[in-house]
Amino acid sequence: MIVTMPVDGKAMSACINKSFGRTPYFLVYNTETQNKEFIENAAAKSQGGAGIQASQFVVDQKTEAVIVPMLGKNAADVLKGSGLKLYVASGCSIQDNIQALIDGKLETLTQIHAGFHNHGR
Amino acid sequence: MKIAILSGKGGTGKTLVSVNLAAVCDNSTYIDCDVEEPNGHIFFKPVINHESDIKILIPVCDNDKCNGCRKCVDFCNFNALAHIAGKLMVFEDICHSCGGCKLVCPEYAISEKEKTIGKIKIGVSEGTNVISGIMNTGEEAGVPIIDELLTREFNEDDNVFIDCPPGSSCAVMESIKDADYCILVTEPTILGLHDFKMVYELVTIFNKPYGVVLNKCTDEYNPTRQYCVEENINILMEIPYDNELGKLNSNGKVISRENERFKNMFGMLLEIVLQAVRK
Repeated sequence: MIVTMPVDGKAMSACINKSFGRTPYFLVYNTETQNKEFIENAAAKSQGGAGIQASQFVVDQKTEAVIVPMLGKNAADVLKGSGLKLYVASGCSIQDNIQALIDGKLETLTQIHAGFHNHGR
Repeated sequence: MKIAILSGKGGTGKTLVSVNLAAVCDNSTYIDCDVEEPNGHIFFKPVINHESDIKILIPVCDNDKCNGCRKCVDFCNFNALAHIAGKLMVFEDICHSCGGCKLVCPEYAISEKEKTIGKIKIGVSEGTNVISGIMNTGEEAGVPIIDELLTREFNEDDNVFIDCPPGSSCAVMESIKDADYCILVTEPTILGLHDFKMVYELVTIFNKPYGVVLNKCTDEYNPTRQYCVEENINILMEIPYDNELGKLNSNGKVISRENERFKNMFGMLLEIVLQAVRK
């Protein structure tokens, strides 16, 4: 399974980032091959609609699951529209969250916040 | 002649100054560009003779024609579009109605639909034309409404008083962009001074002639007056912190229509402003 999460830095020791749309990097991780890729989030610099742009990017990575601390409405609409699964991150550690996902211990994300729209508008 | 009244901070007296200048001026038009919470009509109580909806255009995609090339998604600078599971998603609240997505679509799959975001009301109050824009609750951007308010045809001899929204954002820039003169209304508070500096910078960037009205003045320390003196900023008038003024105004009265003293005060301010504009 390909799982994507917003992360603070480009190493497995980095933390899961609180913001989805404006996280500096995404980690795209394949749980079967353990292949991992840290990719800069181009949406972080956008004036508005960062959640939408970031979601489009994440969906385009053929992601099947997303692990996030929280998610805004627009981003959730895009991600849900693609049919992938959303999980709530438990703590900061990337490795712990991946393991929890594999063990089926992560909770499904149900609470969606209203978003932090209108940056720079 | 178009005169914009702005302040940065809310509640400093933009509406007080613009309503009363328009009221004491012959052949005047008052335009309320504070479309999120217009209040000039509360004072003028105009007889409304025109009311119409303000609409913007929002893209609609025919997903049968869409080939998924995503040129529209890449083009949209506001990220209002996403192409997911073979369908184009449109985020209407984020769309700025530029029409670019329709232009770049090679398959002609995008058309546009109208969306009502507010209304415009036009009326008359004792000879003063009163135009108000009202944004619908839940809408996010008032600029298209302000644009509509200010592009209506005016009698060229009319003096137009533009009551701007608070702040120094896009909505304020849209409101002052065609103004011949800007009046900055401020008050003797630290917050008033802080926000005054923002609009002062804005009118400087826009290269607009401007002057300052110091509202709610007392004998005590006035940080905004001090700043204006230090920076050599033209102070047009000081309005006193006056009990009777406050009472009349808070009862929704046009103070210059109620009291000779205030009529003379705003008559004088009007003369000062018109002289400054002609310079």
